[in-house]
Amino acid sequence: MEKFTQLCGLVAPLDRANVDTDAIIPKQFLKSIKRTGFGPNAFDEWRYLDHGEPGMDNSQRPLNPDFVLNQSRYRGAQILLARENFGCGSSREHAPWALEDYGFRAIIAPSFADIFFNNCFKNGLLPIVLDAEIVAQLFRDAEAAEGYKLTVDLDAQTVTTPSDQSFAFNVDAFRKYCLLNGLDDIGLTLRHVEKIKAYEARRKVEAPWMFAQ
Amino acid sequence: MSGQTLYDKLWNAHVVHVEDDGTTLLYIDRHLVHEVTSPQAFEGLRMAGRQPWRLSANLAVADHNVPTTNRSEGIADPVSHLQVETLDKNCDYFGITEFKMNDVRQGIVHVIGPEQGATLPGMTVVCGDSHTSTHGAFAALAHGIGTSEVEHVLATQCLLQKKSKAMLIKVEGDLGAGVTAKDIVLAIIGKIGTAGGNGYAIEFGGSAIRSLSIEGRMTVCNMAIEAGARAGMVAADEKTIDYVKGRPFAPQGADWDLAVAYWKTLTSDADAKFDCVVELDAAQIKPQVTWGTSPEMVTTVDGRVPDPACEADAVKRSGIERALSYMGLQANTPITEIAIDKVFIGSCTNSRIEDLRAAAAVAKGKRVAPNVKLAMVVPGSGLVKLQAEQEGLDKVFIEAGFEWREPGCSMCLAMNADKLEPGERCASTSNRNFEGRQGPGGRTHLVSPAMAAAAAIAGHFVDVRTVAQSPLKAA
Ligand code: SF4
Repeated sequence: MEKFTQLCGLVAPLDRANVDTDAIIPKQFLKSIKRTGFGPNAFDEWRYLDHGEPGMDNSQRPLNPDFVLNQSRYRGAQILLARENFGCGSSREHAPWALEDYGFRAIIAPSFADIFFNNCFKNGLLPIVLDAEIVAQLFRDAEAAEGYKLTVDLDAQTVTTPSDQSFAFNVDAFRKYCLLNGLDDIGLTLRHVEKIKAYEARRKVEAPWMFAQ
Repeated sequence: MSGQTLYDKLWNAHVVHVEDDGTTLLYIDRHLVHEVTSPQAFEGLRMAGRQPWRLSANLAVADHNVPTTNRSEGIADPVSHLQVETLDKNCDYFGITEFKMNDVRQGIVHVIGPEQGATLPGMTVVCGDSHTSTHGAFAALAHGIGTSEVEHVLATQCLLQKKSKAMLIKVEGDLGAGVTAKDIVLAIIGKIGTAGGNGYAIEFGGSAIRSLSIEGRMTVCNMAIEAGARAGMVAADEKTIDYVKGRPFAPQGADWDLAVAYWKTLTSDADAKFDCVVELDAAQIKPQVTWGTSPEMVTTVDGRVPDPACEADAVKRSGIERALSYMGLQANTPITEIAIDKVFIGSCTNSRIEDLRAAAAVAKGKRVAPNVKLAMVVPGSGLVKLQAEQEGLDKVFIEAGFEWREPGCSMCLAMNADKLEPGERCASTSNRNFEGRQGPGGRTHLVSPAMAAAAAIAGHFVDVRTVAQSPLKAA
């Protein structure tokens, strides 16, 4: 997993509440058995005017000029600004894979759906919860000023605006540690092999029926 | 010290290790696997040279991509075919039990887990699918996970988790005739919103929940995720134990007695404290129909499509406007005047035998309306299908003009050939009405099985409480 420390990135505002993972990456692309290459199909149904299917040459497809991410001023954006309950719906990890492949490294919203929130951390994508009022202000500023950038500092847990206004955010210490160091969860868990075995040994006595086929 | 919630009990029984910040290594008893969210996890396992930690904890099935017609000819779409074949190969390679496509036990992962007794009270159950919350109906701690977590569970039999807050949703009183578990859960989501349960594990309680069958409780827990909660659960009672008894994976003999004694403790203590309590009066709940593109955009069958002009909040107003334009609906239209093009009875929310019986009772002796281009019934599993055929339900449906299909996810998410065409409107018993969920440009209205069958016959939504129903012959 890629490390996340500091990021100063262009901000793209996606002004909709309840953006679901079906919208982030439509189901026809979930048939892939790979982890990469989902970026060109992120927000496929909103982003293109035609219907996308796996295997198409996306560079030849007609773009929807009304979709915010298609505006040239947001090209290369690394921070996605979103509304309430971002990432709701299906648990598909293809959603953070697609956002990351698209180029996003952080998402700022007033709230996230739980599974999506969790999946982000596994993929070096930082979901940041800020108060709805602060997010509303960031929306206004990002829309008003072309080239609007924010600085995210994970170690300090702050988001800083171009005018040096700084907003603190929360992040679990353990998740922060993993993200700062780019650590793989499985490797970390396997440090506790003995504890897992001890747990199983105890449960096999207490609740043997859990271990039958 | 106050008592423990059911969630506390399930959580505490599975703690392996706790980090300083409370991040917990939680032991997983049952891992259900399907073709869409597992290939990258198996690949990761292989690349790291790891083996599954405990093979017997896993059960796999292909459901999302499988065709619902002509199974003997295999899967026509090469991409779907590859994904299902990849699951088969991975299961064979690692030695994981899998019900293959032509096994009678094949079906939707959340239908077959309980059907086989692979889901048991007191277990932690995970699957790379958000509707894993379904299994909470058995007083289990069950929730969806992402693919990295699928790999993590395969490799370590554990999951890294932060404990959620606990919410109690109490539904007290008697449900009216024609009002079902689906209507309860849609009414709940209408009340608390699709983000209402974010950060919570929900326990559903109260006399109306206790009076539901186990299958009804599964319908309610299934949609906990649509209320924003990863996990929904219902306390164990005699019905839970009766349901599990004798199923292929259920404990037997001395193990059974030990298990039952434990299962009886799986309720929240009377003095348990919840972080949030929501109450609903069952008697007030009417049949529900969604009108928008999120499950919280729901009203009663005797209601009307809302008017965005009446919404004060700007973000919500534009959400309603966008939903109405996508759905092709005018503000203030009575729900019963909305005509439909297709009907889908199926999905892990409503494809079990009781759902099919409820729909068949409405359809019996009638005909699907001429404006309905397709009405399909997709049983949740091969065994549900078999049982329905033994009861003659297939004939009831076929005679009424429904198509009777092979089991799978089908038009719940339209990853296989079953999908809506752009602009088509569907009465669906599934759980998500998101834009494009049932096919690009498709318009989904979520309803109960009885309401879906009634809409198929009428050609538009109709209050199932006003529709005559025929008794079904018992098998
Ligand atoms: S039936 Fe629908 S919701 Fe259920 S597992 Fe299949 S696709 Fe997901």
